[in-house]
Amino acid sequence: MDYIIEVLPFLLDGFKTTLWVFGVTAIFSIPLGLIVCLLRLSKIKVISLLMQVYILVMRGTPLLLQITFIFFGLPILGIVLNRELATAIAFILNYAAYFAEIFRGGINSIDKGQFEAAKVLKLSKSTTYFGIIFPQVFKTVFPSLGNELITLVKDTSLVYILGLGDILRAARTLSNKDASLIPLFIAGSMYLVFIGILTLILRRVESKFEYYR
Amino acid sequence: MLRIENLNKSFGEKQVLKDINLDINKGEIVMITGESGVGKTTLIRCLCGLENYDSGRVEYLNDDKGNGDNSIGLVSQSFDLFPHFNVMKNITYPLMKVKNNKKTEAINKAKDLVGFLGLNGLEDNYAYQLSGGQKQRVAIARALAMEPNYICFDEPTSALDYKLRDNVGQLIKTVASRGMGVIVITHDREFANKYANRIFELGA
Repeated sequence: MDYIIEVLPFLLDGFKTTLWVFGVTAIFSIPLGLIVCLLRLSKIKVISLLMQVYILVMRGTPLLLQITFIFFGLPILGIVLNRELATAIAFILNYAAYFAEIFRGGINSIDKGQFEAAKVLKLSKSTTYFGIIFPQVFKTVFPSLGNELITLVKDTSLVYILGLGDILRAARTLSNKDASLIPLFIAGSMYLVFIGILTLILRRVESKFEYYR
Repeated sequence: MLRIENLNKSFGEKQVLKDINLDINKGEIVMITGESGVGKTTLIRCLCGLENYDSGRVEYLNDDKGNGDNSIGLVSQSFDLFPHFNVMKNITYPLMKVKNNKKTEAINKAKDLVGFLGLNGLEDNYAYQLSGGQKQRVAIARALAMEPNYICFDEPTSALDYKLRDNVGQLIKTVASRGMGVIVITHDREFANKYANRIFELGA
């Protein structure tokens, strides 16, 4: 018990990193994913193609590599970012690609009649999307969105590659230093509790969409 | 008057509409009949702006206010109610967004239509809680709320039994008596003979 109390501050400190990477990515990558999705669905072929390439690169290469490239590779082009910013950008760009595809699936699942009814009623494009289509899309894609967010929590541990101290790195350091599995076990429990809370929140939000079918 | 002049429409090689000429007066019920695949639905999709036509004209002659703007409504075969809105909001939402009605104004208008179409008590229901006939009447209310000069019905009786079929016929008559031009697609000859002022046979 004493040992747990001794290591907990280090682990909590690492957890802060986990939390901000998660928070920043979630907040920015979802709207960006929606924008990418709309551009991907654009009738202008060049834009759509560019987005397809972007999505392919982001989904087709490891996130670890993308983080590394943005931090170590971009300076070659004269763009120097600090570790936190490089991490945030890599995570946001990567997750936005996945979210974009989730949203695309959602939009494609909406009946064509919804768009046509809106058109005949002379609703503007933005009213059609924001008032009619997106609310229905969110209901459809929410479970997949939640899935990605849970994966994101665990992916945050990849920040170790830039030397940022997240909870898993703190636990591993302590574990090596003290030749004990306890820090790793605590770290695992903290992930579990956090994802448990996240799951409850997601379920709560999902239930808000249950008023219609 | 809504005038359709020399309207042509092809899908690839297949010409679906060939030199269609048709006038529809306000207050008149025109039923468009014909076999499956002759382009009945394509014709009203062209009228409603859901399909581009290759050549010809769709013209609103000068007795129509708005001149083309908001001047045509559609009650599609699948009704296409917005499932995340209740009955009331299905009717009021376009009024507020397109006609810039204030909320109370839109609600009052919607209440009138709910009464007119016998939807009382269903105002807070969602599409999944409504029967086919009720959905249809909500779709009619939503279209009428926009006060179009013309309104199209795509196969309004296809999913209905005999009794309800006559209800829809009466309803269409009432809509026309409000001064709207009504264009109805149907393959139901008997229905057309009974309720149409004019039947337009679309040939194969």
